[in-house]
Amino acid sequence: MNGYNFAYLDEQTKRMIRRALLKAVAIPGYQVPFGGREMPMPYGWGTGGMQLTASILGVDDVLKVIDQGADDTTNAVSIRAFFERVAGVETTTVTPAASVIQTRHRIPETPLEPGQILVFQVPIPEPLRFIEPSEQETRLMHALEEYGVMHVKLYEDIARHGHIATTYAYPVKVDGRYVMDPSPIPKFDNPKLDMSPALLLFGAGREKRLYAIPPYTHVESLDFEDHPFEIQRWDERCALCASDRSFLDEVITDDAGGRMFVCSDTDYCLTRRGELS
Amino acid sequence: MKRPDPSAPALARPELDRPVLLDVQDITRLYGPGKGCEAIDFRLHAGEVLGIVGESGSGKSTLLRVLAGLEAPDAGRVVYHRPGDASETDLYAIGEARRRALLRLEWGLVHQNPRDGLRMGVSAGANVGERLMALGQRHYGQLRAAGQDWMTQVELDPARIDDAPRTFSGGMQQRLQIARTLVTRPRLVFMDEPTGGLDVSVQARLLDMLRTLVRQLGLSVVLVTHDLAVARLLAHRLLVMRRGRVVEAGLTDQILDDPQHAYTQLLVSSVLTP
Repeated sequence: MNGYNFAYLDEQTKRMIRRALLKAVAIPGYQVPFGGREMPMPYGWGTGGMQLTASILGVDDVLKVIDQGADDTTNAVSIRAFFERVAGVETTTVTPAASVIQTRHRIPETPLEPGQILVFQVPIPEPLRFIEPSEQETRLMHALEEYGVMHVKLYEDIARHGHIATTYAYPVKVDGRYVMDPSPIPKFDNPKLDMSPALLLFGAGREKRLYAIPPYTHVESLDFEDHPFEIQRWDERCALCASDRSFLDEVITDDAGGRMFVCSDTDYCLTRRGELS
Repeated sequence: MKRPDPSAPALARPELDRPVLLDVQDITRLYGPGKGCEAIDFRLHAGEVLGIVGESGSGKSTLLRVLAGLEAPDAGRVVYHRPGDASETDLYAIGEARRRALLRLEWGLVHQNPRDGLRMGVSAGANVGERLMALGQRHYGQLRAAGQDWMTQVELDPARIDDAPRTFSGGMQQRLQIARTLVTRPRLVFMDEPTGGLDVSVQARLLDMLRTLVRQLGLSVVLVTHDLAVARLLAHRLLVMRRGRVVEAGLTDQILDDPQHAYTQLLVSSVLTP
């Protein structure tokens, strides 16, 4: 292990984070403070998610790391290599084969299964922050369920754009109680949070907060009666696997206006192409 | 109703028929000797506008903060009698959750500086609709209609519903703040120098509008001001404060036309008339 403790963090820290996680699971959507540690990378690169992953990882776990849905981007490759080196765990890019998936900005297209754990990297855990700068006040607002201001933001969207223009980090209400920021996943992924069979953990390293959605918890996206919640839709299909139900990235292919739409989830796209050929 | 003797002789006045809305019992909140307010005792009746006047530092804003639930008193009680409900609500004995709900739903507070009472970053319509959304209103069309209706009522152009308050003039911001406060039809409204910082013609129009709204909605108002002219126009009754204590209380015209206490006499004679 190159002189590191298993999974980099010391046992006391992992224990502290696990205790915070237990509390977070017991109170779905509630932000639990934890003593965040320095990780060997800058804040904003996924230190919160890594600390959670390090705390829950066991020797038998199989780890998958995705960034914007892809297994082969810098962030995903580095974090995967990090845990290979400091924990020696097996890693994979195949969604159903993984027991722990650390993710940034996406939920895999392949439906998750019971027993899997999805760990999100969260930049700003507080959904009320944009309208209330005081931490003391936002915690009080959570405690007293004063969530009227969340709709002020959505109202403002409709007033300016004619529709709810928030497309990512779309606020949700967890188990009818806490309003939660689902991290910057596209709102396309919001319906996957609802009644998910997998355990969903969220870690914010800079803000030192973690929260959770236990399996089979009701998660509802906020909306107005006359402007109901809707997810993104595309006229095109994936140019590589022809999927019409996955989240598509627009890729510019030349400087003459050429573009193509491809799945943002690389594993899903590859699997489909393998099945098709 | 329940207290045997309003011991301060200055408070003796004919009993009004209207029910008591707010019963303020011996409120003291001192930051130091003579700084704050001390032994304040009065009742506010439904539909009544009570003015609190006094010079700067006389404790009127402290008193307002205590009454409006923003600052707990050192001693004394603020009791709210909900109309049509026999039970009484002690503002500082109920929990913070219930107090905040009360402030949000049944009471309103108009700040001297509209920037304190408005969300400057979101549109006028969102400002007016916020209290309705807090109440659980989830229909965009209805929220917008309410916003336009209230902007008309406070004499703002409803076409500007999507403009940010920072593009409004000072007087318009103050109107918007009043619309935002009154949209849930509160029973009791606290106003801290609502016309402070406005020029006289804007002030006159705002006062006129306030007077109309108070009458139409049957509001009860506690109005803090240092401007006796504002007090004369709006208030039915006056409390004159000096060094944290009430030195004189009575009907507005009575106090302004025939001041008894030396300080009130000084205050009334200091008013400039052009």
